[in-house]
Amino acid sequence: MIKVIIDGQEIEAEEGQTLLQVAQSAGIYIPTLCYHKALSPYGSCRLCVVEIEHNDRILYHTSCQFPVMENLIVKTNTERVIQGRKIIAELLLARCPDSEKIQEMAKELGVVETRFKKKDEDCILCGLCVRICQERMGVHTIDFINRGIKRDIQPPFGKYSDICRVCGACASVCPTGARVVELTELSQKEPRPIFSDFEEGLTQRTAIYTPFPQAVPKIPVIDRNNCSHFLLGECQICVEVCEAKAINHEQEDEIIELEVGSIVVATGFDNFDPTEKPEYGYKEFKNVITGLQFERLVNASGPTQGHLEINGKEPEKIVFIQCVGSRDKDGHEYCSRVCCMYTAKQAHMVRDKFPDAKITVYNTDVRAFGKGYEEFYNRVQDENVEYLRRELDDPIQVVGNEEGVIVKAEGHPDIHADLVVLATGLIPREDTKELSRLLNINLSEDGYYLEAHPKLRPIDTFTDGIFLAGCCQSPKDIPDTVAQASSAASRVSNILSQKELEIEATVAKVDESLCRGCGLCIESCPYTAIELISIDRTGNKVEVAYVNEALCKGCGTCAAACLNGAIHHLGYTDNQILAQIQALGDEEI
Amino acid sequence: MEDYEPNIIGFLCNWCSYAGADLAGTSRIKYPPNIKIIRVMCTGRVEPVFILESIKSGADGVLISGCHFGECHYKSGNYKANRRVKLIKKFLEQMGINPNRVKFEFVSASEGNKFASIVTEFVEELKELGPLTLNLIQ
Repeated sequence: MIKVIIDGQEIEAEEGQTLLQVAQSAGIYIPTLCYHKALSPYGSCRLCVVEIEHNDRILYHTSCQFPVMENLIVKTNTERVIQGRKIIAELLLARCPDSEKIQEMAKELGVVETRFKKKDEDCILCGLCVRICQERMGVHTIDFINRGIKRDIQPPFGKYSDICRVCGACASVCPTGARVVELTELSQKEPRPIFSDFEEGLTQRTAIYTPFPQAVPKIPVIDRNNCSHFLLGECQICVEVCEAKAINHEQEDEIIELEVGSIVVATGFDNFDPTEKPEYGYKEFKNVITGLQFERLVNASGPTQGHLEINGKEPEKIVFIQCVGSRDKDGHEYCSRVCCMYTAKQAHMVRDKFPDAKITVYNTDVRAFGKGYEEFYNRVQDENVEYLRRELDDPIQVVGNEEGVIVKAEGHPDIHADLVVLATGLIPREDTKELSRLLNINLSEDGYYLEAHPKLRPIDTFTDGIFLAGCCQSPKDIPDTVAQASSAASRVSNILSQKELEIEATVAKVDESLCRGCGLCIESCPYTAIELISIDRTGNKVEVAYVNEALCKGCGTCAAACLNGAIHHLGYTDNQILAQIQALGDEEI
Repeated sequence: MEDYEPNIIGFLCNWCSYAGADLAGTSRIKYPPNIKIIRVMCTGRVEPVFILESIKSGADGVLISGCHFGECHYKSGNYKANRRVKLIKKFLEQMGINPNRVKFEFVSASEGNKFASIVTEFVEELKELGPLTLNLIQ
């Protein structure tokens, strides 16, 4: 431990730390431009200069490069230090007069105007981009060339680089905010942006990110597929930056085994992908978006802070198209239930934001089924929202023109629109089948999980203790989902609150006097509910089968396998079934 | 032979095929009334004796229907039933009985339509085979 005095404050530091690191850890502010926690100090901007008193000598040095040692008295804001920084700020401002970041920094130091002759540069030659590419990305695409006033940053020979991975790290650290190094000048490769799933691809995100603002737990995650460290084994900048030292790249996925008494399946749904139906022009035209993208656009915490803009313009003519991917005889035949009402809500929101907009809704029967829904639908119609009915089988096509798109629906005049919102349906999750096999629950024909009875047992599955909630069972709106989820929760507590579990009486029972202990039943039992036990039969010890009633699920396979007829499947005994067979076989039609 | 109506005994598992047959009913799907259903918990419960007894008691055809492979409520009952039915078919052939009179099918709880079409087809097939006559030693 080394003790340093900074601005009269005695601070303990570890050997090898720089003055800037020590000051920052103590909360003492020193301005910087070319310093980055994860990169080696370079000392090119000189803004972090401080006054250092060592063995009665006073020197002025950049704090980012000065290692801590014994007997240092450091002052970060003496008159001379401030004067020196002001001169540097003026020089930087003269070099890059248009950079907002430099202007901000200068203003912070009390410099508004520079006395030097202004140049037209956007680079302060701090070398952050060079350092991040070399030290962290391990590529070294760019470096300084020339000397003196001709100094510049370039890839070798000023030509396109073969080794550049267009990761964008260089542009991201630039302190002038000018993105001095353009990726298009470095490489001919196409940069591959990472789109935010939560924002429905409307914005980009980084490779380490918080899934969404309300995520529980609200902890960032690393996207292994896009993280530079996982792809190339370098970087790890996030580890340096995280003050809590919480990032661990070594962490592996782990499988946690839980013993539970009941399972509620609430896996939800996927959204229909409208690119499957090219006639709607989704992805082809920027003016065509899905209902969920619309939700993000009008959301106050969304990518546009709630300003409904398409290509930087407020839309004036908006067309909503319903039943995209639902009620489709060749695909998903069912009605997705929620789209009619969310379209009505979205039309209402557009009217709220743009009182003069022309809003048209192409629909095929509006299904306003819930409490207060019909009233809301009527209200939206009264707000001058035009509802046009079309048959689902009639062709509809979205084609592009210079201004926006044209919606051509048979039987209706063409509508020029600058925004088309597709009311995409709900579809079963991609992994529904996999999970159904895992939990041994059934699927209905439409691909959702099957309830035990459509009317009387809409929450249960055929497997005891497994319940369904929400859109994994069928498309539902929020009130219905909440009702089903509450019901599932109460069914679960019903099971868990009991001291003893009631099981079906249809279990297998061994007639010990007939059993010869061959063990065929043991092999046939899928639940290992049968074992051989020793009993006393007229003075002789013999082995017979014994059924553990708590483990037996009552399938009766053992009864079918038993050669001696010694196992009775209660409720379905041989005699009972044979009597049925004889009765039915004799019956005349 | 015109008005010959075959008599079919069906062994349906409780979880898939019986529910599928139930769905065919609640969906008002029409299928011939020739089938008489005996519900078992699992097709694994169906003993070879049940099939033979059915034929002996006067059934012209036997349908055993369970869950699809991998979807058995009891994990593996339908695999066992499948093996048994294959054996009993060989046995029937040796006895001079057309093995096509025994059918093993998979109908899930959501396949009401499939159940109805299976029964319809089976009745047609049995009509072509004609009534089953047995020379039983009394």
